[in-house]
Parts: sequence; C-alpha cells; structure tokens
Amino acid sequence: MGSINIKDIAIGFGEVKIFEHMSLDIAKGEFIVLLGPSGCGKSTLLNAIAGLLEVRAGQIWIDGKNVTWAEPKDRGIAMVFQSYSLYPRMVVEQNLSFGLRIAGLPKAEIAARVQKAAKLLQLEPLLHRRPAELSGGQRQRVAIGRALVRNVDVFLFDEPLSNLDAKLRNELRVEIKKLHQNLGNTMIYVTHDQVEALTLADRIAIMDKGVIQQLASPHDIYHNPANLFVAGFIGAPVMNFLDGKIVRENGSTHFIGDDGVSIDLGAAPLPARENQPVVLGLRPEHISLVASGGAGTVAGTVAIVEPLGAETILWTEIPGKTVSVRVDGESTIRAGQNLHLRFDPAHARIFDKASGDRLVATIA
Amino acid sequence: MTQMVEPSGPMPHRFSWARLGIYLVLGIAAFFFLIPLWVTLMTSFKTMAEIRFGNILAWPGHFTVAPWGKAWSSACTGLACTGIKIGFWNSVRILVPSVIISIFVGAITGYVIAFYKVPGARVGFSILLIGAFIPYQVFLYPLVRIFSSLGLYGTLPCIIIVHVMFGLPLMSLLFRNFYSALPIELFNAARVDGAGFVTIFRHVILPMSTPIIIVATILQVTGIWNDFILGLTFAGRDNWPMTVQLNNIVSSTTGEAAYNVNMAATILTAAVPLCVYLISGRWFVRGIAAGAVKG
Repeated sequence: MGSINIKDIAIGFGEVKIFEHMSLDIAKGEFIVLLGPSGCGKSTLLNAIAGLLEVRAGQIWIDGKNVTWAEPKDRGIAMVFQSYSLYPRMVVEQNLSFGLRIAGLPKAEIAARVQKAAKLLQLEPLLHRRPAELSGGQRQRVAIGRALVRNVDVFLFDEPLSNLDAKLRNELRVEIKKLHQNLGNTMIYVTHDQVEALTLADRIAIMDKGVIQQLASPHDIYHNPANLFVAGFIGAPVMNFLDGKIVRENGSTHFIGDDGVSIDLGAAPLPARENQPVVLGLRPEHISLVASGGAGTVAGTVAIVEPLGAETILWTEIPGKTVSVRVDGESTIRAGQNLHLRFDPAHARIFDKASGDRLVATIA
Repeated sequence: MTQMVEPSGPMPHRFSWARLGIYLVLGIAAFFFLIPLWVTLMTSFKTMAEIRFGNILAWPGHFTVAPWGKAWSSACTGLACTGIKIGFWNSVRILVPSVIISIFVGAITGYVIAFYKVPGARVGFSILLIGAFIPYQVFLYPLVRIFSSLGLYGTLPCIIIVHVMFGLPLMSLLFRNFYSALPIELFNAARVDGAGFVTIFRHVILPMSTPIIIVATILQVTGIWNDFILGLTFAGRDNWPMTVQLNNIVSSTTGEAAYNVNMAATILTAAVPLCVYLISGRWFVRGIAAGAVKG
C-alpha cells in the first residue's frame, strides 16, 4: 500500500504557472527525493500531494484512490515540515497525540501509538517538555514522531533537515534512512541538498523550472546525467564543462576544445555529428595527474588548492578554462605548481550545446 | 594619531554635549507633561479655602481626602447628587463586554484573513480599514437612526455594539498582522493532523495569541474607557459612562466651582487607563515587538 500517481497536474497562483503537465509515478515503499534549486516547484508538488494546495488540472491518486479533492487528513499521508511546526503551547506528548485526539481515537490506542513512536525516536524522556525546551534535532524528531503516530503509508518530508546544523543533519539523515528501512513506507522527500538526495533516495527527481529534468537512481543521476542542468546541479565541485566539437581522426573520436584542448575519446562511436558544437563534461575525480606531458595530456597551472580532509580539490588553469581536479588528501601540491592532466575518456559525457541534452552514441 | 591609553575592555563613556542636550530636552518634556498631573493631584487634596489662596503648585497645607469622597458618592450631576460612582459602574458595564467581544471578533477576523483564502477578503479588509479613517462624526446620525429603528437606541447593548463596530478595524489589523507572522506551516501541520476551522483556532492559534491579546486588551480598555462622544450619543442617560458624568460634574454651574472635587473626580476617571499603562507598560512594548514568534 502507498503508491502515488500524479497524473498530468497543473498548479499556479494567479497568472503565475508553477508547472503544467506534471506526471510522476511512485511505487509503494519507494523513497523518492525531489531535488532542485529554490523556486523549481518541488515544495509546491509536495504540498499538492499533501492536499494543502489545489491543483488546476489533473489528478492525484494515492493507494489506488483518487484523492484530488480530498482533505489532507483523508489522503493517508503524514507530513514533516522544515520549520518543525510543533504546536508551541503543547508538550511533546500532546503534540504527538493532537491528530489522534481530533480523530477521536480511544485513549488506550492513542497512548500505545505515542509510546511506540516515542520509543522508536528516543523521545521518551522528552514527552512532557514544551517545544521551546527542545533542541533543533529533538524538535525535528518530534515532528517525525507526529507523522509516525498517524500510521499512514505515505510520508512527505519538506526540507526537514535544512534548519539544522551540519552535524545534526548527518545524524538525522541516517535516522530517516533507518526509519525507511524499518517501516517500508513510501516516502517523498523534498530537499535542495544533493548529499541528502544521493544518500537517501531510491530514485531522485531533479526539477528545474517546474519540469522534472531527470528521474533516476542516484547512481544514474550522478554518472549519466540526462542534460547539462542535471550534470551541473549534482556533484561538488560541479562537473567540469569544456566547449568544443567532435571530430573523427584515424579511426578514433576526438574532442577538440574551442581553446585547443584535445581529448582522445578512443574508438568509441560518434555521439554527435562532426563539428557540431558540444559540451564535454567530466567530473573532478575523472581528471588525473600524470608525471609528464605527452599525447593526450593537457598542461596546467594550479591556481587554488582546497584541502577537504580526505581529498583535495586543485583548481587548475588550462588554456581558456579553470578545471577542478580531485586528488588525494595527502597530496602536497601547492598553488602555482605546473601539472599535466589526463582526462579520462571513459567518463567523459558529451552534451549538445544548443539543447543541453546528453548525446549518446546510437550507432555501434 | 597617538593613543594615550591602550584600548582594552569596555570603552569608557565620555561626556558629550549632544547627550547632555538630549537629556535636557527629555527632562523639559517630562516636566511639561507632569505639571498638569501635579496640579490636579495637589488641588484634589486641598480645601476650597486653600485653593482660593491661589498657589496651585504648592503642597497642600491642610491635607484632606474629603473632596475624593464627595467626588465618588455625592457630587452633583445636574439634578442628581450621587457622585461619579454611577458613571464608574456604567463604564465597567460597557467596558467588559465591549472589550471581550471586540477582541474575540477581531481575532476571528484576523485568523480568517491570515490563513484562509476567502474570496474578496482582501477587498473587504481594505474597506474595513478605510472605514477606520472616516471621522466618527460622520457615522453618528446614521447610526442613531439605524438603532432607533431597531428599538435599541440608548441602551447598553447599543453602546456595546457601537464599540465593537468601531474597534473592529484596529482589532482585525492587529490580529491579522500577528497571525501573518506565524509560520503557515503550523497551520498546514494542523490541517494534516485533521483539525478544522474551530479546532485550529482554539487549540493551535489562540494559545499562541497571549501577547497580542494583551496588546489588544490594553488598546481597547483605554480606548473605550476614554470614549466620550459615543457614550454620550448611544448609551442613553441611564448608562452614561464615567467620562460623560465627569463632564456633567465639572460643568455644573451651581454656585462656586468645587475645584478640589472636580480634580478628584478627574483623577478617579483617569485612574483606570493610568493603572493599565503603569502595570502593562512592559507588556505593551513586548506585545508590539512580538511580531515574529519562533516555532
């Protein structure tokens, strides 16, 4: 139980159209992350699923039932909000039981459910505290608990961790993943944090300007981005992009950069027409340092060194461009040093410059 | 520039002419506003003989509370000589229901405007606010006609309805602004929990409203207590509030004007708003500043 089908919905406020023809099918038990920059419509979509926003067209089905016109409480969903949204004048126990009391459940049943949620989220010692007496992490756990007690199949999370500091965010992220593994509920999770998306999701829906740009597993999103937007949004530092064209020479495919960089893509088939303007994308970890120059290498100078502990990012100037190169954290390379770089052709992704879509060779 | 002392720890406060000027102006302003209160208080404790002597700023030579007793229970308003106490109780009977009802109605209106997308709410609210800027005098005659035709004119309910009506724009604005600053997510969370219009208001919104209810109470209590023209016009002779009674006592022109009694009656009438300000001063500021409430 807990599948969700969004069928061609449209949402707007006044003259402003947030999105049109939005469709999305989510299997039961799936963890879907809606990821995108602010204003991409991800929270709007979540609010529409929750029933907090009316749709202008289309249908929303939850669990095989058409809930397009249903009240939020009748949709079989629970929701966790960014600002926790705990009722400030109620203690934790009352916060958890509020919805159940309104629904008129028997007292014993309410107590049992609250106990169960409190135990699962380690809230037992906090049950008689006010929200103001809790830390941010505890508040968000209470908010998750309030969703748990509803005993529903679908959980909606609206940027639940973005108000927390980095350490708590990591802790709660793990807790949410554990929760999903234990309960097996369908979860839809809105975030603008790509780490959360990559670590939590079964599938990520990357959204921009009210359109889902790509719906795929975290692995595919990272390694096979569908277009330049996805490629540029996921990954830190972002993928390196080089403008240029594809040519065929002596039976192998070459990328010739506008600034003279040449990369031998091997015997791979042509992904694009010859001389068509393309963008070559390569992640920082797919550029390596080589001891000496030679065929297939590019000379560069390190401009900035960013040590991140386990790894170090070298911002390296090559003709016409600065690229990021990911090296080991033990690296002793300093700014100003001259290097030779090798671009790994197997991980190079080619995008059409005009449309931004990824180009994949179709002819073997 | 050479520094004589190495800066360390709190910066020493230095004398400045600008600061002296500020304190001087503040002092003069405070003195200016305190003078009438001083004169009123001193005169109310003097005998008429001493008042005739003419030194209005002086401390009472012969201290007496008799004018206060007379003002409260036997001063004459026209023909009746029952003091200002009838006016006091009239004002209380007008005040309590007017304050409670106007705050309640204002809170509901603010809640609806802030959280519900009612068609035309914005236009309606704008009209309400414009209404607040039209002088009372314009409304008086039409309202008198309306209430007479309803048979309510000159009764206690009449003046209460009038106060609620005239309080509505400010009360609605106050509550709307306060509720608009609350996170909409709180309201949404309650909706997901299955709470409806009344439940959300009673169990979620109202318990958070204490600061703004205190502010509203202060505004309404002082406003309604100080009202003169509405009470005079709509309350009817039997329900005239204290302000109207005070005016009648002071303007009674039989014989010599009893300044001490008049002054005592004035302070008695002013006592309620004065107490409200003195007790609630801090709350008032806090309530105004409490626009943003953290969840």
